[in-house]
Amino acid sequence: MENANLYDYTLRLGDTALILGQRLSEWCGHGPVLEQDIALTNIALDQIGQARQFLQYAAELKGDGADEDTLAYHRDAHEFRNLLLVEQPNGHWGDTLARQFIFDTYNYFLFERLMKSKDERIASIAIKAMKEIAYHAQWSAEWIIRLGDGTQESHDKIQQSIDDVWMWSGEMLEADKLDVAMMEAGIAPDLNEIKELWLTKVSEILKIATLEMPEGTGHQRGGKKGVHSEHLGYILAEMQYLPKSYPDATW
Amino acid sequence: MGESHSLEERFQAYVDAENKIEPKDWMPERYRKTLIRQISQHAHSEVVGMLPESNWITRAPSLRSKLILLAKVQDEAGHGLYLYSAAETLGADRKDMIDDLHTGKAKYSSIFNYPTISWADMGAIGWLVDGAAIANQVMLCRTSYGPYSRAMVRICKEESFHQRQGYEIMMRLAKGTPEQIAMAQDALNRWWWPSIMMFGPRDEDSPNSAQSMKWKIKRKSNDELRQEFIDKTVPQAEFLGLTIPDPDLKWNEETGHYDFGEINWDEFYQVIKGNGPCNKQRLDDRRNAHEAGEWVREAANAYAEKEAQRRKEGNAA
Amino acid sequence: MSDKSNWKIWEVFVRSKNGLSHKHAGSLHAPDAEMALKNARDVYTRRSEGVSIWVVESEAITASSPDEKEPLFAPSDDKVYRHPTFYEIPDEVGHM
Repeated sequence: MENANLYDYTLRLGDTALILGQRLSEWCGHGPVLEQDIALTNIALDQIGQARQFLQYAAELKGDGADEDTLAYHRDAHEFRNLLLVEQPNGHWGDTLARQFIFDTYNYFLFERLMKSKDERIASIAIKAMKEIAYHAQWSAEWIIRLGDGTQESHDKIQQSIDDVWMWSGEMLEADKLDVAMMEAGIAPDLNEIKELWLTKVSEILKIATLEMPEGTGHQRGGKKGVHSEHLGYILAEMQYLPKSYPDATW
Repeated sequence: MGESHSLEERFQAYVDAENKIEPKDWMPERYRKTLIRQISQHAHSEVVGMLPESNWITRAPSLRSKLILLAKVQDEAGHGLYLYSAAETLGADRKDMIDDLHTGKAKYSSIFNYPTISWADMGAIGWLVDGAAIANQVMLCRTSYGPYSRAMVRICKEESFHQRQGYEIMMRLAKGTPEQIAMAQDALNRWWWPSIMMFGPRDEDSPNSAQSMKWKIKRKSNDELRQEFIDKTVPQAEFLGLTIPDPDLKWNEETGHYDFGEINWDEFYQVIKGNGPCNKQRLDDRRNAHEAGEWVREAANAYAEKEAQRRKEGNAA
Repeated sequence: MSDKSNWKIWEVFVRSKNGLSHKHAGSLHAPDAEMALKNARDVYTRRSEGVSIWVVESEAITASSPDEKEPLFAPSDDKVYRHPTFYEIPDEVGHM
């Protein structure tokens, strides 16, 4: 493929948005209160909407008649390029919010820069998504503060959630070969810069929330290369079951 | 109107003149109670109604259909919220209403106690269940209680896409592979009768209806609405090439309506009594969500109190 | 369930576009004003119905109360001269 790197990078963006959207959509109908059920579903809608844009673009780069659904429904786990973080289970509201906060903060700084990507298509998707992402980042930070500085029970719970999810946070902040190549091509930003911004913002919010920042940044790697946790297989089994059971059907 | 007229008579005259009742207006206690019961049941139906559909969000067969279904179920949460709000204007408390739902004291639409076992059920629910609900809701846009009527206007506006999305799913299936056609027919077979049961018992078996009609809370009878729905739906099924599972269904030249077979009222009352296939599952799901969320709601309140206290201290300093 | 987990009620007012005033859209539950604003955006502007939102604690609203007696069901349209249709202007005069 001519644009193999760009294709892989676009898949990372699309798959991460898709798997997070899929996870969040599991909450729909089960939120702690109607208002927040609606709020979380909004974020799921935004994520899946962004996923469609990136996957459609990736499909065009791939050629051979693929479309967003071919990519979403007809690849297996090792072909998915999403961050390990977003495939982690929802757990309780605090677990979901910890995952969301860590991700949203990263995503905010990432998309702020992707808006200036040399790749026009990525830049235009990022410009459109930025408004949504800015809102997500605000919303999840507000929740971290409320849970951290709420009751003793909520404080302990959210601290545990942050500690638990932390080990999945490193991958998104560390540039691998592809990230470097994309950065050199002016398509993707410098992840070192994002890591600094992320650390500052996360520690600022955790401090307001009266929470402890875990040591270091998490050490797990693999999602960006297609080496996933056990969870992704189940996510895909569920998500892809219809198109895989009825390969001749269109929906 | 003379002095001799009671408040209740004057209320009736006011309603008869197609005036809307607003929260602080005088109203008969039974009117208030009937409304609270009906509106909260309606709200519960929206919220419980999210479950059979959210069951398929993670399995939607295309990203487009996933997004649409997610948006639709989210709308239902919104509608539940509008309706709880309307009931709150009558002095009901959402917490109490939800407690009544969770203890089984309050009812919700029985249709949601049926399982969604294939993707075609997303089509059948949108087409038939939302279709039946819309018939009822369009009528309720003209209900005599202002906040309820306004909530319904908003809901009807938003619901307009729901039935279409369901029918679109049915169309795609009905024009699809033999397996997809079978899936669509199977869904119609399972959802048809429960859908026409949604309009409630026959008029002669619906004792509260007359008073509700008189107060213009309800504007059309159960049987009228049911007939309208059937008349509208039969041609839609024909267009899909699917067969409605009622051998007695036929056009009646004389009446200008479809005749239809006898509803299984035993099943109807069994499901209302809690013996439907999913009654327990649905209530457990709602209860679990609410209970699992308690620490979250408490935390947010505790934070709000601390913030208010901090602001007060900040101002004093 | 304890009352500690019960959120306050807020009234939501939405300006649908600049040039129009805020209009009551409905209500919702939220623990504080920030959350109420965010919830209002999610609940009442899902279809881009608004450019500006106000939220007010329901408790903070003082409402006039219709009296139970005479004025109750009598529409206050006795001041018909306040309405333009009260006056007859010949057609020849044109629109006024």
